[in-house]
Amino acid sequence: MSGVFGEAADWLGSSAHWHGDDGIPHRLLQHVGYTCLTVAIAGAIAIPLGLWIGHTGRLRGLAIAVTGALRALPTLGLLTLVVLWRGIGLTPPITALVVLAIPPLLAGAYAGLESVDRQTIDAARGVGMNEWQVLGRVEIPLAMPVILGGVRNAVLQVVATATVAAYIGLGGLGRYLIDGVAVRDYPQTLAGAVVVVVLALVLDGMFALLQRFSLSPR
Amino acid sequence: MKPIRITSVAVGAALALSLAACGSDPTKADPGDTPSTSGGTVSIVVGSAAFGESEILAEIYAGALKAQGIDASTKLDIGQREAYIGALQDGSINVFPEYSGNLLTYFDPKATATAPDDVVAALETALPDELEVLTPSAAEDKDSYNVTSELASKYGLQSIGDLKNVPDLSLAGNPELKTRGYGLPGLEKVYGLSDIKFTAISDSGGPATLKALTSGQVDVADIYSTTPSITQNHLVTLDDPEHLIAAQNVIPLLRKDADSATVDDVLNAVSAKLTTQSLLDLNATFNGPDKPKASDVAADWLQQNGFA
Repeated sequence: MSGVFGEAADWLGSSAHWHGDDGIPHRLLQHVGYTCLTVAIAGAIAIPLGLWIGHTGRLRGLAIAVTGALRALPTLGLLTLVVLWRGIGLTPPITALVVLAIPPLLAGAYAGLESVDRQTIDAARGVGMNEWQVLGRVEIPLAMPVILGGVRNAVLQVVATATVAAYIGLGGLGRYLIDGVAVRDYPQTLAGAVVVVVLALVLDGMFALLQRFSLSPR
Repeated sequence: MKPIRITSVAVGAALALSLAACGSDPTKADPGDTPSTSGGTVSIVVGSAAFGESEILAEIYAGALKAQGIDASTKLDIGQREAYIGALQDGSINVFPEYSGNLLTYFDPKATATAPDDVVAALETALPDELEVLTPSAAEDKDSYNVTSELASKYGLQSIGDLKNVPDLSLAGNPELKTRGYGLPGLEKVYGLSDIKFTAISDSGGPATLKALTSGQVDVADIYSTTPSITQNHLVTLDDPEHLIAAQNVIPLLRKDADSATVDDVLNAVSAKLTTQSLLDLNATFNGPDKPKASDVAADWLQQNGFA
């Protein structure tokens, strides 16, 4: 096995793998692109919904049940299902990844709002804030670390899973994994996996800092 | 590696593949399974790999031998080639339905033969002493380039070379097509097709590849030649007159010590009746809605072809 690790290190060190359409920077950019697009779409759906559930306390049970069911959907199966419906392209992997990203985003938003002290909210209403002001000035700021925790969770899951885009011919870091396995080029596969791990760790570190920053008094 | 029946969920296929990969180890078969020589006649144990077509072929071999009074049985689902060649060499099985091209590259990774006769000739020298092959059948299960019947009639497509008539040619198939000799490099070198837009779809010609082809997103798709979706969707498999894709004729592989004139006659008679179309039909039946057993599919074929 040590041979494979050495060869993977050589693969990563080779300058041929650092430029061009199949180079690491381009694949990394594609991968981050899929991740950003997915989290943006999933966030636009899940965060307002989660805030509404958290603020009103309505449909909480339903949200838990639905997100639980979504979590159980296998991403690769969903990807194939969308391919059979819409053909190949960006839609199938992004749809599958959005479904993956919604549960943590939704949970972060409503759990964040629920974590806010009820007395603080009552006090905000007591000083004459309307519902939007309570939400915008009290609940969201206080819930921000938990909401960001949901985003962090979603980003990590999506970064690790966006490799499936390569299954139907798109780019991203999954290309190294899938092309490597196809021709038994395991150093390439391992090198691709290492890049995904490093990307995930870097993004996780950034969110850790962001969460800490969001805790500071304003 | 092998095509799997069409299901809407690829994870099912992936699971089936991984289960297939974990097939039983024949080299650990209990000693009772080992063929024994008694009274000058060897009892035959036909092995198979862990996918439907191989199982059906093994049942056909065994059924045809039994019909001629030979003591034959099957030992199915022996996993990958490493495993079942080992089982042949240690004698726990003694007959196996093989594919000529893949068998050749197993024993001679540098082999260059691609035409059916050349492959069999090369195979005869490459095989170890205790093994031999009989007459190959016309039936082939191999990578094949397919187009929709609409595209075929629009551009008059019959063979791979005709694809030069298609503007902005696009191709879908497993990712290894990008680098393997029968893929993009060979299409350019052998048939002069350059600048093909390639989309790697990792389902071995399964549902996603098929959808890309039938929806017109790609012009050509690599699908195994005995996949039922080819006939179900009226796809046109392009001829390969230059033998870009190595021949993969179904061929009986057996231990020399299990051979006899009767065994030869029976298996060669089976090979004479087997065609790629028969494999397509057998696979379509096997993957049909009532999910018959491989042995039942084989029994029907033997009946229809006068072996039982």
